[in-house]
Amino acid sequence: MHLIKDHGFKHPNSSEITPREQFEQRRELLRHLATGVAGVGLASWAARDALAQTTAGPGKLAKLAGVKSAVAGSMVMDKPTPYQDVTSYNNFYEFGTDKADPGRTAGSLKPRPWTVSVEGEVGKPGTFDLDMLLKLAPIEERIYRLRCVEGWSMVVPWMGYSLSELIKKVEPNSKAKFVEFITLADKSQMPGLRSGVLDWPYTEGLRIDEAMNPLTLLTLGLYGEVLPNQNGAPVRLIVPWKYGFKSAKSIVKIRFVEKQPVSSWTRAAEQEYGFYSNVNPTVDHPRWSQASERRIGEGGVFAKKRPTLMFNGYEAQVASLYAGMDLKKFY
Amino acid sequence: MKKLLLHPAAKPLLFALALLPLASLAYGVVFDTLGANPAEALIRGLGDWTLRLLCLTLAITPLRQWTGQHALARFRRMLGLFTFFYGCMHLLSYAWLDMGLEFGDIARDIAKRPFILVGFTALVLMLPLSLTSFNRAIKAMGAKRWQLLHRLVYAVVLLGILHFFWMRAGKNNFAEVGIYAAVVALLLGWRVHKAWSGWRTARAASIA
Repeated sequence: MHLIKDHGFKHPNSSEITPREQFEQRRELLRHLATGVAGVGLASWAARDALAQTTAGPGKLAKLAGVKSAVAGSMVMDKPTPYQDVTSYNNFYEFGTDKADPGRTAGSLKPRPWTVSVEGEVGKPGTFDLDMLLKLAPIEERIYRLRCVEGWSMVVPWMGYSLSELIKKVEPNSKAKFVEFITLADKSQMPGLRSGVLDWPYTEGLRIDEAMNPLTLLTLGLYGEVLPNQNGAPVRLIVPWKYGFKSAKSIVKIRFVEKQPVSSWTRAAEQEYGFYSNVNPTVDHPRWSQASERRIGEGGVFAKKRPTLMFNGYEAQVASLYAGMDLKKFY
Repeated sequence: MKKLLLHPAAKPLLFALALLPLASLAYGVVFDTLGANPAEALIRGLGDWTLRLLCLTLAITPLRQWTGQHALARFRRMLGLFTFFYGCMHLLSYAWLDMGLEFGDIARDIAKRPFILVGFTALVLMLPLSLTSFNRAIKAMGAKRWQLLHRLVYAVVLLGILHFFWMRAGKNNFAEVGIYAAVVALLLGWRVHKAWSGWRTARAASIA
């Protein structure tokens, strides 16, 4: 006796199928919610659904899990630059001055074990090893534009969290007006240190309010994996509204100071590379225009350049930091 | 050796060899093997080969003297013309790929980046040399005047090195420029030395 009759696979009526457009709109809606349009509360709810998938890399390096970020402005819609280009076209002079050098020679860098010492004008100085940094705050994926001072740009899905998470932990005091970032300078790991191109170690700095801005990313990975050596493993900074050289790589020391620190490139050519170095199409480099940029990995050799955006397109998030300042003077 | 240099296939072979860099760059454009920034790689590759061919052209005379292989001289014109050809391709690729053939933008860019003007001047100076490179021009001008005109190549190579040096100056990156500068110093230094000792011998002879 068959009480339950087998009717085979039941097809839904065609009227019940959600049209593809609507289905995709729903995902789009969730994505918008998650990127903060509807506020942080809703975003974290939506993040569980639409945002489980971060951009995947080629699987060459250890996976670094994370959720898509809810910080405003942290998810640009531009098409990410291919992983191959992001990891083969790098300015990292510690491994040579040619942009293809780091990809070839950075294998000698040992990203583990690694420690970052935090010192200066803080209540709780200390040394953080890599595992502590990986657990200090939830890892997020952020898709940022990266604009090099040389006139090219990329779009990179970074993994990390706001530097402010770390800063809050070390409790800066009232004298902490600036933050200085210092890159590793070890001749045995970095063949480029033999050249006198820059004064080593590479040093960069931010004003404390710039460092506290949620877009300023303490970066531990890209494309869902740990950072490749040539991109500044194992921990670097990403300040998306400034020219790329402001974002120090392979950081070993973070110092909170009262006086504005001198950056390596400022020391090398003060009139060309200022402390702020905000992306600004209306303030040219003394020797070339900054009005446009070549997007790497886009359209091959005949691709047109694209116009550069004020603060690299992050004007809504950061312009208030510079209210009343003459950006031609403070370049 | 002399037989090889005078072989009827020697010139066509050199012609084909001189086209190889262009062919390999064209291959790179078509099959996307020029790296992350193919436009930059193409423009710089053409510039590199202009400078290399210029050095080769200037090496013919010293090599002739050092090796006694005077048949080398028959390749000098072709190398010089290829230098001019690669220089033109270098300029064209910059104007097209970097500037989208927007002449207003090019003018503004040159004002911003004087090293481009230096390179452009070097190319313009090569024009009369190319236009007077055939045998009848030498005859029409007279060998003396022709040679005088063609000494412009020394200015061209110095401007070329300056163009390269200035372009790299922004990033303090002089290692590669240093290699070319050393080669050019050797090639020009030999000529200065030769002219100087020639002048001294002539003077000694006139005193005696």
